[in-house]
Amino acid sequence: MELVGSIIMLGIIVLSIIVFSVLTVTTRKILRSATFLLFTLFATAGIYFQLDYEFLGAVQIAVYAGGIVVLFVFSILLTSRPGDNSAKLTSKKHVLGLIAAIGTLVVAGYALFSRCTALCTKLSPMKDYTMEDLGTDLLGSGAGQYLLPFEAISVLLLACIIGGIVVARKR
Amino acid sequence: MDITMPLMILAIPLGMFLLLGLFGNKMSHKLAGWLGTLGMGTALVLAYTTAYQYFFSGSELFINAAGERLQYAVFDYTWLEFTEKLIIKLGFLLDPISAMMLVVITTISFMVHLYSLGYMHGEKGFQRYYAFLSLFSFSMLGLVVATNIFQMYIFWELVGASSYLLIGFYYTKPSAVAASKKAFIVTRFADLGFLIGILILSFYSSTFDFVTMTSNPQSVFASTAGTMFMGGSVLTWGLVLIFMGGMGKSAMMPLHIWLPDAMEGPTPVSALIHAATMVVAGVFLVARMFPVYIVQESALEIVTVVGALTALYAAIVACTQIDIKRVLAFSTISQIAFMVVSLGVARPDFHEGLGYMASMFHLFTHAMFKALLFLGAGALIHAVHSNDYTAMGGLRKYMPITHITFLIGCLAIAGIPPFAGFFSKDEILTAAFNNSPLWGIWMTGVAGLTAFYMFRLYYRIFWWNNPDYGHHTPHDGPWTMSLPLIILATISCVAGFIPFGEFVTWNGHEYIIHLDWTVATTSIVVAVCAIALATVMYRKENATPTRMKNAMKGLWTAAYNRFYFDELYIFITHKIIFNLVSRPIAWFDRHIIDGTMDSFATMTNYASEKIKGLQSGSVQQYVWVYLVGALLLAGAVIVFVI
Amino acid sequence: MELTMLYYIIPSLIMFCCGVYGFITRKNMIAILISLELMLNAVDINFVVFNRFLFPGQMEGMFFTLFAIAIAAAETALAIAIIINLFRVAKNIDVEDVNEMKF
Repeated sequence: MELVGSIIMLGIIVLSIIVFSVLTVTTRKILRSATFLLFTLFATAGIYFQLDYEFLGAVQIAVYAGGIVVLFVFSILLTSRPGDNSAKLTSKKHVLGLIAAIGTLVVAGYALFSRCTALCTKLSPMKDYTMEDLGTDLLGSGAGQYLLPFEAISVLLLACIIGGIVVARKR
Repeated sequence: MDITMPLMILAIPLGMFLLLGLFGNKMSHKLAGWLGTLGMGTALVLAYTTAYQYFFSGSELFINAAGERLQYAVFDYTWLEFTEKLIIKLGFLLDPISAMMLVVITTISFMVHLYSLGYMHGEKGFQRYYAFLSLFSFSMLGLVVATNIFQMYIFWELVGASSYLLIGFYYTKPSAVAASKKAFIVTRFADLGFLIGILILSFYSSTFDFVTMTSNPQSVFASTAGTMFMGGSVLTWGLVLIFMGGMGKSAMMPLHIWLPDAMEGPTPVSALIHAATMVVAGVFLVARMFPVYIVQESALEIVTVVGALTALYAAIVACTQIDIKRVLAFSTISQIAFMVVSLGVARPDFHEGLGYMASMFHLFTHAMFKALLFLGAGALIHAVHSNDYTAMGGLRKYMPITHITFLIGCLAIAGIPPFAGFFSKDEILTAAFNNSPLWGIWMTGVAGLTAFYMFRLYYRIFWWNNPDYGHHTPHDGPWTMSLPLIILATISCVAGFIPFGEFVTWNGHEYIIHLDWTVATTSIVVAVCAIALATVMYRKENATPTRMKNAMKGLWTAAYNRFYFDELYIFITHKIIFNLVSRPIAWFDRHIIDGTMDSFATMTNYASEKIKGLQSGSVQQYVWVYLVGALLLAGAVIVFVI
Repeated sequence: MELTMLYYIIPSLIMFCCGVYGFITRKNMIAILISLELMLNAVDINFVVFNRFLFPGQMEGMFFTLFAIAIAAAETALAIAIIINLFRVAKNIDVEDVNEMKF
């Protein structure tokens, strides 16, 4: 029963990812595009939850869905007037985009399916991973621990905050 | 001999040029003018002293025991030493003709300096004028004392450059600018021949030095024997090419076209350059090389023919001109041609090369009386403010000094004894008759024409009629202008009695001048007849000249237009050279040479126009290209590797 | 029916292709940025999925995704700052119209 439930769950998630991704890039209203992105991100978070990465899913929702998308919405509201539709695509650009997208799909898809054995790996039980372990790994300096990237990211974020203020400040 | 004095003769005019040229603007007109005149006066004194020492000191440096006058290089400084043979020197050569030329140049130049104080009074650029005069005097002095042909060429070009500056003195006047350019280009063209001649001669003689070349030309030029080029020996070609340079400077036909136009310069400049000094440079050049010329008599024959044709041509043209300076210009051409003919007919076996002596004698006397005539013309122009004799007439009452001195000049040039021109012209005619009766008769005829046109000019200016001069009555100039006229007139009266043959002969041997009375009587009769004819025609205003003019309309028009030489030049340069040679070359240059280069540029430009589309700055396009590239690579890896 | 890795990879692949398509075709800069987020997200999914299925005993993929999310946030913030600034100057955020400095 649980199996069926998770299959249904996964079906919904996969379907929403595909549908909302496509809608994100095809809708002509930019605000809707952001909204569909939000849904896509939620669905992604769903995948993380399903794969037992609860913390990652939470981060995804908090940072992506809660932070970035809000940022997008604000900037959209700042830079476009209500009722603005993005212009119709020229057919040339449309074709170019389609070629690139379908080309990627074909090449990557072929690469995936030619390695079917790995793709058919089943979900195996994961070792118990607590928040404490995660904290230790993030702030530890041993093998497989990430203190240095963590610090680098902190500096980067700080730089971004300052940069964002400087660039967007009113003169 | 002490080198200070010769050196100073050259250094003072050069120093004056630098002083006046650099600091002239800071000086007043008066100071600049007097400085220049004083400098020239010093040079005059030094030159006279040098010439006196050369001719009269009897030092064995200048004259040997046999009484031959020698060539003596006072100093000969090695300037450039390229190879062992190719050495260029600068020096100071004293010999009969250079000593004589020193006297002539400094005298005339001093007179002109003095005269210009009055004539150029108040002109704009007065200091510049004196600076150029000094430069010109320096170059001319350097030319005559050159010890080698290369030094002569250097100063020859300097003379050309400074005459360019002087002719174009009124540089705001388009005609003066055109005239200076014309003079420069025509003489440059002639100098091309001169340079080639120098190269030919010095190649075969392996020296530039005059003394080496002329002391024993037979052996020096022995290597030219048998080398022929287009029907003439190499030596003939070299000498004729050298003479071509002389033709340009001395305004021989057909390179004479610059001289009449050069009258655009100030009149004293015409007196200095176009009467006395620069134009005789060609004669001087041939005289300097004369010992080489007599080795090759065919070259001398060419010289004779050119001179004789020019003499007749210029005399005929002079009969029809209205502008008094142009009459004098053509008269100058004609008289220079006399000297050239005289050199051409000179043979060493007759009276120690009488023609050579006569030519130098005529150069000397002509310099004096032609400068006198030009300065007189300047005084007339100064008084009447016009160059045309139609604006003059009856001036003898208003300008007595100018009248008398001008008359003396006319008598001298016409060859009436006892004025200077008679003696020198007589020697020339004697030499011509000796060479061939044809040249004798020809030149006698030209001498008659000379007398006619000079007196035509004289009567038209001083007699003819009495036009109304209004309030502005003409009068003689200030003393600075009259004094040179009087001095030159005096010299013109007495110069003929100088025993010239004692001083200047081609080989240094003394020669006592004796008049050949057959020739002298003939020439006097011809001159007197011509003067009588001119008197009848022009003394009082009458219709005879007009009738004559109408009777010979074709000839008169042709002569008035100088036999269309300028038109011929224009035709040759514009129609033939420009159209047939220059235009195709220009077309080739523009379309083939430039076209090739331009097509490179166009192709590069076209290619970059096309390529620059790739560098669009559009990130989307970059991403697309990158992605497609990556996909192709991945596809290739999948297909070929896995 | 087994839940194999395939079912997780396919939506990620499609999401990535959508991102590519959007990135190339959209003109609005913010829309381009959104497409970029899609691609980034697809990569994140891949990290996690490979980590979970192929190396269940380790946590590298999870951590990389974590960092990627942080960097994406920073990058987006900065990009939006630039876009807003550009909008102030040019009154326009169409990539094709902002070509003042092009050759």
